[in-house]
Amino acid sequence: MAVASKTVPSSGQNWNARLRRFFHWLSSPHVVLSLIMLAVMVYMVIIPLYRMIITTFSVQEMDLRAIPGAEIGDLTFYHWVRMLSSKISEIMTYEPLLHSLTISLGATGLALVIGGLMAWLVVRTDVPGKGIINTLATVPYIMPSWTIAQAWIVLFKNQTSGGTPGLLEFLTHSPTPDWLAYGPVPIIVSSALHYYTFFFLFVSAALLSIDSSLEEAGELAGAGRWRIMRKITFPLVIPAIASGFIMTFSKTMGTFGGPNVLGVPVQYYTLSTMLRSNTGIGNYGDGFVLAIVLILFAMTTIMINQKLVGTRKSYETIGGRGFMAQKQKLRNFKGLLTTLVVIFQFFIAVLPLSLLIYSTFMLRTGDYSFSNLTLEHWIGKGVMNINSGEPGVLLNRKIYLAAWNSIRLSFFTATFTALLGVILGYAIVKGRGTKLSKIVEQIAFIPYVIPGIAFGAVYISMFTKSVGPIPALYGTFALLVVVSVAKHIPYSARSGVSAMLQVGKELEEAAAIAGAGPWRRFKRIIFPLTSTGFVSGFLMTFITTMRELSLIILLVTPTTAVLASQTMRYIENGNEQQANAVIIILIVLVLSGNFLISRFRGGSLKKGLGL
Amino acid sequence: MDTPIIIKNLTKKFGDVVAVNNVSVTIEPGSFLTLLGPSGCGKTTLLRCISGLEDPDDGEIIIGDKLVYSRSKGISLPSGQRDLGLVFQNYALWPHMNVYKNITFALEIQKMSKADMDIRVKESLEEVQMAGYEDRYPREMSGGQQQRIALARMLAYRPKVFLMDEPLSNLDARLRMDMRTELKRLHHISDATTVYVTHDQVEAMTMSTKIAVMKLGVIQQLDTPDMVYHYPANLFVADFIGNPKVNLMPGWVSGQNLVDIGKFNIPVKTYNKTGDVVVGLRPEDIIIHNEPTDGAVEFAAYSVLPSGADTTIIARKGDTELTIKEMGVSKIQMDQPIWLSFKEDAINLYDKETEALITA
Repeated sequence: MAVASKTVPSSGQNWNARLRRFFHWLSSPHVVLSLIMLAVMVYMVIIPLYRMIITTFSVQEMDLRAIPGAEIGDLTFYHWVRMLSSKISEIMTYEPLLHSLTISLGATGLALVIGGLMAWLVVRTDVPGKGIINTLATVPYIMPSWTIAQAWIVLFKNQTSGGTPGLLEFLTHSPTPDWLAYGPVPIIVSSALHYYTFFFLFVSAALLSIDSSLEEAGELAGAGRWRIMRKITFPLVIPAIASGFIMTFSKTMGTFGGPNVLGVPVQYYTLSTMLRSNTGIGNYGDGFVLAIVLILFAMTTIMINQKLVGTRKSYETIGGRGFMAQKQKLRNFKGLLTTLVVIFQFFIAVLPLSLLIYSTFMLRTGDYSFSNLTLEHWIGKGVMNINSGEPGVLLNRKIYLAAWNSIRLSFFTATFTALLGVILGYAIVKGRGTKLSKIVEQIAFIPYVIPGIAFGAVYISMFTKSVGPIPALYGTFALLVVVSVAKHIPYSARSGVSAMLQVGKELEEAAAIAGAGPWRRFKRIIFPLTSTGFVSGFLMTFITTMRELSLIILLVTPTTAVLASQTMRYIENGNEQQANAVIIILIVLVLSGNFLISRFRGGSLKKGLGL
Repeated sequence: MDTPIIIKNLTKKFGDVVAVNNVSVTIEPGSFLTLLGPSGCGKTTLLRCISGLEDPDDGEIIIGDKLVYSRSKGISLPSGQRDLGLVFQNYALWPHMNVYKNITFALEIQKMSKADMDIRVKESLEEVQMAGYEDRYPREMSGGQQQRIALARMLAYRPKVFLMDEPLSNLDARLRMDMRTELKRLHHISDATTVYVTHDQVEAMTMSTKIAVMKLGVIQQLDTPDMVYHYPANLFVADFIGNPKVNLMPGWVSGQNLVDIGKFNIPVKTYNKTGDVVVGLRPEDIIIHNEPTDGAVEFAAYSVLPSGADTTIIARKGDTELTIKEMGVSKIQMDQPIWLSFKEDAINLYDKETEALITA
């Protein structure tokens, strides 16, 4: 081996070379993009989180009376002591926490059972009408999350909470029991009926991808159907169940609509509704303590869940392009199960919508007879004793403004999310194996574990004043866009990565060899090859943003109100029919968006979720 | 064209793994150098360092009169400025562009006029015998056709250096033979300095002007195919090159120009070496006799494997096993006694300790 004869460079040269090497490192596109993304994510995720934590430790304007001699901004443990160990902590923190956990676990569990069973029926049995089941299974998810809650009210509400009777009470003339009308049971059921779509999609994808030879090997070894199911199939879909669990749990922890509609009227508070009532009166210090508690609980549950399952590792065992040999014959149960599925789908898709639509034609709430029907809520000119004097929704300028805001918000969010997805996907995939790429990927995951309403809360504390070049955003429409984009970062990163992974790295290298610079390589090679994936992602984000409530409920103002927040305002004002009419409008908008997705080549809800 | 490639003390690490270890090579202008070795020997990494797709950790690379990489000077030119073309193992044709667009991609960057581009496309397609395929998309062509288009794409912009990363390994045996012929012609006509990576020794032997045999990131021998075959620099190269494999017999120097293998002696030039050695002898350099012959050693034919043009015979004596290649169909029967003599000047002697070839 020849000994390298190195000339010792003078220190000046050495520095020069180091500097050049540094700039060379900096000049590779994935490094530049990673750094930009880091900056963006620090701005959109880390700083707001930091500001929120600081707020809980500092004296706020409304605390001045409670803490004598303090000035605004002083360091204090007042909020934490008050929320965690004072007399009111029981009502303010612990009870809502217990309620949140009850609802999340209950709804997630129920959603797992429903979604898992339906996935199994569709993928693994000879149940008829699979196409319809497949389509209908995604309908509840497309609708706003509190649609079913609102329909529940119409059907089951009773007069004990001071309101008018629901349809059931009206027909039977006997009061609906309280547990069925309001509180945990209705919230759990209505949330599960909304979120089971995750489990359905995840589990059916996993079941489809299991190599059937794995099961056949079990069969040859003499195992019975039930044993194969238990010992082979189930363990293989556990990762999918885990993903569904993480997603559903973190969503239900932070969900606001359902608990607000079905819990608050009977003082059944969850962390999300309690958070809202605190921040609603400007009590940010206490509210943010709740937000942090909420985040910590969601995060630890997710972490424990991931530890237990070891998500990544188990996934590799699936993925063989299996040939589905046999479908489970349902035999005698076929008729029964089919009927059950049809009835079930009627209850989750058709009934709620019919109830909502019917209710919008009722002049007075609680009277379900035909003589009570009217078009007042749709095209009324505005009478003082109906809907606080507002005209029917089709003539109401506020509704048009909100609809315009919804569309605008969804459009901008989807655009920026798709853009971030491209950049994040590129930065993460091209930098695979480097520390920088890992950090970017991990930070991009953070918004995933922050429940929606807490994420919204994070943004209240930020942007109230201008910081450096960043203007004050509070109360602006731009803030809604920023928070929606930030919350979507994990999804955009995931879909971006999976789209990028489909483009072999040689394709870009070949272009580099041919002399193409980074921008040209991106424009001519990478973008054309990944664009269909991003279009799906765009439309998916468009839809989810359209019906998002928890995330923005704390941030909207009358001028930036969107349809989702507007329905909630009407519900809180007691204008049930008006609220339901707005929900119908919202659903129509979302469904047309979904129609666009299905028309677009290769686009689907599944793809948008990164499956 | 006269574009040498000079590599000095090049090192590339992936974490703790040293893929290329302090390699220095000078690749002469117009030569066809093959980097040959088992998987994981660093041959592809070395090629990628030359191409600029991989950034080395240390050393220098000069292509023609351009310093394209130097750690100490902090220079690393992007691939596009190194005047080279690369053919990938999986062709890497852009699936969303037709053949014409694939080929003109680089020409557009060079701001060539449309008329000139048309001429170039036509020429380069003719060179790879794919004229008339301009409008096809990659998925509409067979593997062999895609490979030719990948070549045409490289030829079209006339790089001074051709780099090829196992370009034939995705083709079936027959096509591979055809493409070898074409590639060699292409190099002959263009005279571009070529660096070719393969693990297939036949490809290396048939096409190269020079072969660099690599192992664990180090070049074991850099020589003409002839020298690499007949004078392997060490036991690794001797063992890696040649099919059937070389016969390696451990023994010790028992006298002036004599090596004791155990049951018999082999006369061989031992120079001044003493002690443990390994005798290396190619299967075709052993002569089979049907009767006892002067200086020949008696063996038994353990197995006879005819393959048409030649026959491979495995012979045993005690625990010594030798592979012999005889031209034509052999008449030797299994278990028959045979007498073997060795072509003395074809024998290579290796130091058992250092595994290096012993020379004067």
